[in-house]
Amino acid sequence: MSALLEILGKPPSDDPSLIEAERGTSLWRDAWHRLAKNKMAVPSMIILIAITLASFGGPFFLKQSYETQDLRLGAVPPNVRHWLGTDTLGRDLFVRILYGGQISISVGICATAVALTIGVLYGTTSGFLGGKVDALMMRVVDIIFALPFTVFVILLMVFFGRKFVLLFVAIGAVQWLVMARIVRGQVLSLRYQEFIEAAEALGLSKLRIIFRHIIPNTLGPIIVYATLTVPSVMLLEAFLSFLGLGVQPPMSSWGVLIKEGAEALEEFPWLLIFPGLFLSITLFTLNFLGDGLRDALDPRASKD
Amino acid sequence: MLRFVARRLLQMIPVLFIIATMTFFILRLAPGGPFDSEKTVTPEIRKNLEAYYGLNKPLYRQYYDYLANVIKGDLGPSFKYPNRTVNELIGESFPISAELGFWSLLVALAVGLPAGIISSLRPNTAIDYIPNSLAMVGICVPNFVLGPLLVLIFALTLGWARVSGWDEPIDRVLPALTLGAAYAAYIARLTRGGMLEIFSQDFIRTARAKGASPLRIILKHALRGGLLPVVSYLGPAVAGLITGSFVVETIFQIPGLGRYFVNAAFNRDYTMVLGAVLFYGALIVVFNLIVDVVLVWMNPRLKFE
Repeated sequence: MSALLEILGKPPSDDPSLIEAERGTSLWRDAWHRLAKNKMAVPSMIILIAITLASFGGPFFLKQSYETQDLRLGAVPPNVRHWLGTDTLGRDLFVRILYGGQISISVGICATAVALTIGVLYGTTSGFLGGKVDALMMRVVDIIFALPFTVFVILLMVFFGRKFVLLFVAIGAVQWLVMARIVRGQVLSLRYQEFIEAAEALGLSKLRIIFRHIIPNTLGPIIVYATLTVPSVMLLEAFLSFLGLGVQPPMSSWGVLIKEGAEALEEFPWLLIFPGLFLSITLFTLNFLGDGLRDALDPRASKD
Repeated sequence: MLRFVARRLLQMIPVLFIIATMTFFILRLAPGGPFDSEKTVTPEIRKNLEAYYGLNKPLYRQYYDYLANVIKGDLGPSFKYPNRTVNELIGESFPISAELGFWSLLVALAVGLPAGIISSLRPNTAIDYIPNSLAMVGICVPNFVLGPLLVLIFALTLGWARVSGWDEPIDRVLPALTLGAAYAAYIARLTRGGMLEIFSQDFIRTARAKGASPLRIILKHALRGGLLPVVSYLGPAVAGLITGSFVVETIFQIPGLGRYFVNAAFNRDYTMVLGAVLFYGALIVVFNLIVDVVLVWMNPRLKFE
């Protein structure tokens, strides 16, 4: 009896702190605590939420629509009525930035979702099947990786028309490679652990093992990398729009506004500065949030 | 090492073949053609043009002909610049892009390396945080925002440089800063990380114990290992510089290959687009190879395999 007690550990005492310690904290709660302590990540998250809410909710509360033109007004610098000034057609810049933000943020999230789906499925399959299939699948990734892929996005956009949906597909299609590599690495390290063997011994199907046991255990790095993919996708969208290949008028995104601002730079510098500021701050905060999440979810990974 | 280089160069062939095939079929499967925009073209002239460029042949035949010519080193005639070959156009414009890339990389290394080394000396103090935060700003302000801002400040307001052009030495400054800033930032972060890791190793402690001066420790002992992450980053950086050159050459109206490529894509100049994409592909592969050779040379633990 006493030997058994030694193995099982002492019976729980009534001390509440000990009960708390025994119950332990889940990975997610632990990560949340670490994230909440991060001095850069928390303000970044607040700013991001504010920008997102303003972009999607703000236009309901503002009287001007992004199409409202006031040609007599022309471009005026920031003032009380138009907080960030107006553009050459007399449209309110703040309202346009909010509407542009809707597009920029949507592209960032949707294209990341495309990349995430392809990358996770590809990486998991490759890592789980292993052997020759894995070698072949990773070789394909290596070859695609060696291609100048931004160039292909440009080609796709030019030659198949500048359609909005194509933008997601084209960007997502080049961003999944790194995701696939990361997921594969994770899956390989999980593949021969006891709990997977146990699941196999129980006779679970491969698909069930993949979706129930492997993918949930790779979520940490996936979330971290997805957070870091969003800014690079937004940057790519803005880059394409700046070249005139991305979002087309009358829709606008921050990239479109920056392009217009750069063209009117000499007389109306605010048209460049404010959209540039919004894009830069969003990228800045997303990067800090991604770094914070990495420290929180994947404490072993080094910072650089 | 020679065998390693030879094998990598051989691997380049399938990569370039895939690039050529993908690009060729993206171009041809897309709706629209290179002569759509010219309203004055009569059906007969159009027919002659298509015959001249071989567009009237079946697609597989065009593909075969193109590959056969590429193997001979001939990228074909340009569609938009009559009487000019793609080889000539690349030969003229690439040196300009290469010069821009060289100055940008120089800016990136000259700013990034010292900044990274300095911040690694006293981690988590002010001289660490300040360069690090500046690096983050450098990464997050895209070059198409930074470029016009630099123009606004240094050309339009202060009048120190010209708004655009590529004639005098001063014209190199703003484009190189625009293109180099983000890489300076990445290099600073990578240098800091690499140096911090090296500083924690035993042989650095041994050097300190022997009484070597801090400068000697950095230059003679730490730098070689600490710079490994930076060197391996230079491969992808070249690919990034190419993409960046599209934007920077457009902003500053520099007649480099990047601007030709973007214009060619807009104009559906098939041969020019194909030629430029192949050229970029080869460039990236060669640069990755150079980086790999330098990495092995710097890190004796690696071997050519």
